[in-house]
Amino acid sequence: MNHLPVAGKVLTLLFTAAFLVACSGSGSKEDEAAAEAARQAEIAAAEAAREAERQAAEAAAAEQRELEQAAMAAGTVFYFDFDSSVLKPEAQQALDAHIALLKTTDESVRLEGHTDERGTRDYNMALGERRANAVRDYMVVNGIASYRIETISYGEEKPVAYGSGEANWSQNRRVELVK
Amino acid sequence: MTITRRVARLASVLCLAFLAPLAARAELVIEITQGVDDPTPIAIVPFAGTGAIPEDIAGVVQGDLARSGQFDPVDRGDMLSLPSSEAEIFYRDWRAIGTEYLLIGRASAAEELRIDYALYDVNRQREVTTGTVTGPVNEARMLAHRVSDAIYERLTGIPGAFATRLLYVSVTRNPGGKDYYRLTLADSDGARPIVLLESREPVMAPTWAPDASQVAYVSFETGRPAIFRQDLRTGAREQLTNFKGLNSSPAWSPDGNTLALVLSKDGSPDIYLLDLASKRLTRITRHYAIDTEPTWMPDGKSLLFTSDRGGRPQIYRYNLQSGITDRVTFEGVYNARARVAQDGRNVALVHQREGQFHIAIHDLVTERLHVLTSTDLDESPSIAPNGSMVLYATKLGDRGILSAVSVDGGVKFRLPARSGDVREPAWSPYISP
Repeated sequence: MNHLPVAGKVLTLLFTAAFLVACSGSGSKEDEAAAEAARQAEIAAAEAAREAERQAAEAAAAEQRELEQAAMAAGTVFYFDFDSSVLKPEAQQALDAHIALLKTTDESVRLEGHTDERGTRDYNMALGERRANAVRDYMVVNGIASYRIETISYGEEKPVAYGSGEANWSQNRRVELVK
Repeated sequence: MTITRRVARLASVLCLAFLAPLAARAELVIEITQGVDDPTPIAIVPFAGTGAIPEDIAGVVQGDLARSGQFDPVDRGDMLSLPSSEAEIFYRDWRAIGTEYLLIGRASAAEELRIDYALYDVNRQREVTTGTVTGPVNEARMLAHRVSDAIYERLTGIPGAFATRLLYVSVTRNPGGKDYYRLTLADSDGARPIVLLESREPVMAPTWAPDASQVAYVSFETGRPAIFRQDLRTGAREQLTNFKGLNSSPAWSPDGNTLALVLSKDGSPDIYLLDLASKRLTRITRHYAIDTEPTWMPDGKSLLFTSDRGGRPQIYRYNLQSGITDRVTFEGVYNARARVAQDGRNVALVHQREGQFHIAIHDLVTERLHVLTSTDLDESPSIAPNGSMVLYATKLGDRGILSAVSVDGGVKFRLPARSGDVREPAWSPYISP
């Protein structure tokens, strides 16, 4: 809205200029008035276009902020059951938010697969990769180009919860999305 | 991944192969938790010495024999005399304290270290064996282990595996900071630890070349897993793989020419063979399931590996001549990471029973499996080159420790670290003097 006073001043100046030209007495007064009206219409149209563009940009920015907030709210960690790489419904929902956001940018992401400490380390390396791939495949199926997604497995090497027991293990069976 | 991050990662890796042991003190402490029911009493008299002997030779031998669980060494305080030659032996002194065998010896250090030893049967009052080992003075502990090997073989009929070494990975978790991963080389009793690699990123799956001159392992120091090999004599280090996806589970062939490994560059994890001279890569399994953890049969003609192609992880065998794969384990829902003893018969593996992970031995001849451990979260079994003991990783409270169990389950000892978590032990092959 702070553009309007400026536009008002411009219009006032233009009117003043038109008045001075009119008072100079040269040429037809009707022609000058018509030219003046056309000029004013042109200025108003340009102003309206600028305003529409600005509003569209603002709406897009708001939508982008909403997508970013949704992605942030969804979290960047997706959890799995023991010895499973099946995406849970809540993980799919969370990923949908990230996918929607990624479709508006050309950012790349890194998916880091992890397991709990049960079972052998190298088998868990493979399981962590399988989990990262499950997330990648879901993103690709939903329209994110595979070249934008890097996957890596850390197996059981980088737990977030160090103790034993399901309360810790369930936090460690995860894929983390890193930008 | 930015270039600066990669550089930072590379800079965080330290190769320390040339450094002398950081401390004379072992990082691992040995606690014997179970021995045989009727261990053989043996007196190991402090060895006489001339010149500067850097180690208590008899003390090292005593520790070795005690750790085997099959011997009950006499306390030095109970010894009535300290002979160092046959002429000084009074058998009644030893019969009086109930010992069956007596080991005496002398060490002399000059240009090199020479250890002469003699073993006597107290009841029969006669010499059982004598011997001499020689070598560099700074290898005194290894020479003492060679004495242990000779005594153990003479009394049990099985070659000793004390003059061998261990690789293991330790992790120091730093709250609020970054973790440290270390690959360490130590004597079989945990003494003389040398850090081969220190990194802020995971180090995994250490393994030995069959002549014990080199090791291979997986390091994430580049930001991705890659297989490296490192020469223990020169310290020279070579990155062998850098493929997209998994680069894991290196396993040296018995002839030393080939490395079996796991890559997922073509989709799912499969077993490949890397010819170390030509660097030619051959894919040997093709399955959408997980195929991993390859290990060679001692004859080099087939490999065992873990696969979940049947739904859950089980051990399979791939015959390199016929190209045929057959399933080896059927008992239970989880059998993984096999290691084969030199006899080609006993296979140590991780077996899940009632939700817990134990170390078990699968006998390839009888096709029977027996569980050796009763703790949970046991993993990474590694068999001594003489086939007598299985070293593995487990948890004690919240700490990762190493433990060992005899293949018959009768002897157990623990090797907890003084600090941090220890894991992934790899027992070396025999080391030629």
